[in-house]
Amino acid sequence: MMNSNEIIDDIANKEYEFGFTTDIEMDIAPPGLNEDIIRFISAKKNEPEWLLEWRLKGFAAFRKMQFPSWQHFEMPELDLQALSYYAAPKKKKQLNSLDEVDPELLATFEKLGIPLNEQKALTGVAVDAVFDSVSVATTFKGKLKEMGVIFCSFGEAVQEYPDLVKKYLGTVVPHSDNIFAALNSAVFSDGSFTYIPKGVRCPMELSTYFRINAQNTGQFERTLIIADEGSYVSYLEGCTAPMRDENQLHAAVVELVALDHAEIKYSTVQNWYPGDKDGKGGIYNFVTKRGICKGNASKISWTQVETGSAITWKYPSVILQGDYSEGEFYSVAVVRNKQIADTGTKIHHIGKGTKSRIISKGISAGRGDNSYRGLVAVGPRADNARNFTQCDSLLIGNDCGSHTFPYIESRNKTAMIEHEATTSKIGEDQIFYLNARGIDTEKAVALIVNGYVKEVLNQLPMEFAVEAQKLLSITLEGSVG
Amino acid sequence: MLTIKNLHAEVEGKQILKGINLEIGKGETHAIMGPNGSGKSSLASVLAGRDNYTVTEGEVWFNGKNLLDLSPEDRAREGVFLAFQYPVEIPGVSNLNFLKTALNEIRTYKGLPTIEGRDFLKLTKEKQQLVDFNANLMNRSLNEGFSGGEKKRNEIFQLAMLDPQLAILDETDSGLDIDALRIVSNGVNKLRDAEKSFVVITHYQRLLEYIVPDFVHVLYNGRIIKTGTKELALELEERGYDWLKEELHLKESV
Repeated sequence: MMNSNEIIDDIANKEYEFGFTTDIEMDIAPPGLNEDIIRFISAKKNEPEWLLEWRLKGFAAFRKMQFPSWQHFEMPELDLQALSYYAAPKKKKQLNSLDEVDPELLATFEKLGIPLNEQKALTGVAVDAVFDSVSVATTFKGKLKEMGVIFCSFGEAVQEYPDLVKKYLGTVVPHSDNIFAALNSAVFSDGSFTYIPKGVRCPMELSTYFRINAQNTGQFERTLIIADEGSYVSYLEGCTAPMRDENQLHAAVVELVALDHAEIKYSTVQNWYPGDKDGKGGIYNFVTKRGICKGNASKISWTQVETGSAITWKYPSVILQGDYSEGEFYSVAVVRNKQIADTGTKIHHIGKGTKSRIISKGISAGRGDNSYRGLVAVGPRADNARNFTQCDSLLIGNDCGSHTFPYIESRNKTAMIEHEATTSKIGEDQIFYLNARGIDTEKAVALIVNGYVKEVLNQLPMEFAVEAQKLLSITLEGSVG
Repeated sequence: MLTIKNLHAEVEGKQILKGINLEIGKGETHAIMGPNGSGKSSLASVLAGRDNYTVTEGEVWFNGKNLLDLSPEDRAREGVFLAFQYPVEIPGVSNLNFLKTALNEIRTYKGLPTIEGRDFLKLTKEKQQLVDFNANLMNRSLNEGFSGGEKKRNEIFQLAMLDPQLAILDETDSGLDIDALRIVSNGVNKLRDAEKSFVVITHYQRLLEYIVPDFVHVLYNGRIIKTGTKELALELEERGYDWLKEELHLKESV
């Protein structure tokens, strides 16, 4: 009979399911970070002069910046010169349909459970698949176009809709925002672009699936979503990577713009390779995500389920500029083995009557270390701003850590800010209670954890919620001691 | 159905059970009484398989199987049910979802098909009415924010749903007011039949006015020192435990 410690160890040591590599012919730039490589990327992508200029500005900002030191983990050594900043599947010509995509690539996405074939695709989900640095396929483009919805790779948007890109690029996350955003601005490869026209409710979930495959590369994609007046869009993002012994850097930027009465719902299920049980390998997920509720009564909602990466370091944020606009952040972050998460959100209340809600659920197992860090700032104009924050931590076993760093800055007397926090441990009592009803320890942990995160998973679209639930069960299998 | 032979157990190196012998037949209800610290709840925990208890000697047989060889979940699946003295709260897990999981784990173990949707709800409704459990509590998180009485009633509702062969009620009467005590006891009485056995652990004779036992055992210092019928409970109520202790010391000193 296995005791609960053994079961936990077993779970904690469970192999990563998506760790395979794909053998495919790649275009890879030589390692090194300099102006030449930026010009190379820009030329490779046939970009207009203004975009190259913007990249170079980003690079100039990057060179003046230092890595931060305020985070709750030791900054790993990053040799940015050793990375290659461009890796793309070799393609012979411009692709016109999915039939022309390398079958090896299609097979990779099949294997990941992301069918790119529209007939087979989940009903109501359009997918943009990004493999290493390049968007390889976007489904349901035609159907969306009929409604005026633009959903394409970033590179394509630069070619087809340069005015829109130029108008909004860098308006939420400036090229000099932080060192990783500056690096991304300089060398970003591809990503996803979405525009929802006035008054349109996007008829399907839009989804981007990111896959890192190549060795010694970083992944630097950009996502830009614009919801015009009175529109609505729900956007999903998923990610995996092969198991490799060295760490890989993922430094993406996501910018969201919601105009008057528009709503953007952005969901992430992050399952990058977390490294092995001794903390070898894994993705450094250093991402800048920010949305602006520019218009009145607009709304942005972030939902994230973070289970992967060696280090997860990000604060999806909302700037509530429009009056009566609303921001939400729902998060589940799981760490086990030697994973680290330092994540949370920043909400800036600028407009009158703005509201925000933060629900953060941290789960720590193994020797993982989980920090919630959040800022709620209320400006002088934000009369009657409201914030509610709930920040819970769940500990599994005796060797993990959990920390909470809430920051509150209020410069308006009418603001109402609430913060609630709890820390709990999955108790032996709880597990025994479920055992005594015929439920084994592994299922008991899954039941308790799913109960704990329910409030957040309820925010995810149905298919993703089921996926996330499964992912959590697998991730935590055997973590109870 | 259940045979306990010379059971010795310790917790954190301290000997708690010092040779329990007990035979429980099908359809019988046994009450176990005794002063504080006599080992009553420890006996319940050992039977259910709580892992901080170590059995140092003795055997427990349940329907021909060595109970001590089984994990806690397998004991439950075999048909042993412990109604907890202090039921735990599990936030976010709905009472119904929990019960459905438990019921189906037990059914799968027995090779029965799982019970789903409408059939499950029908069963729930039937049992909820049988033991007079508040329907509003079924969709709430498991025991979260329940009053003491509601938690105890939930244990009896679970007992009704899971339909075990042997139910151990660990001080189910503690913390109940007289009305709740009556409702809980009525529920238990409705579940009694020729197939099901009960072990009722209690301090007070009061509960046994409602749940009338076939046998009463007195546990003291880790051993059963006296066995009788329901009249023994009345005698204990009147005279306390001291005379029994004296009797025991006399016997031991002879």
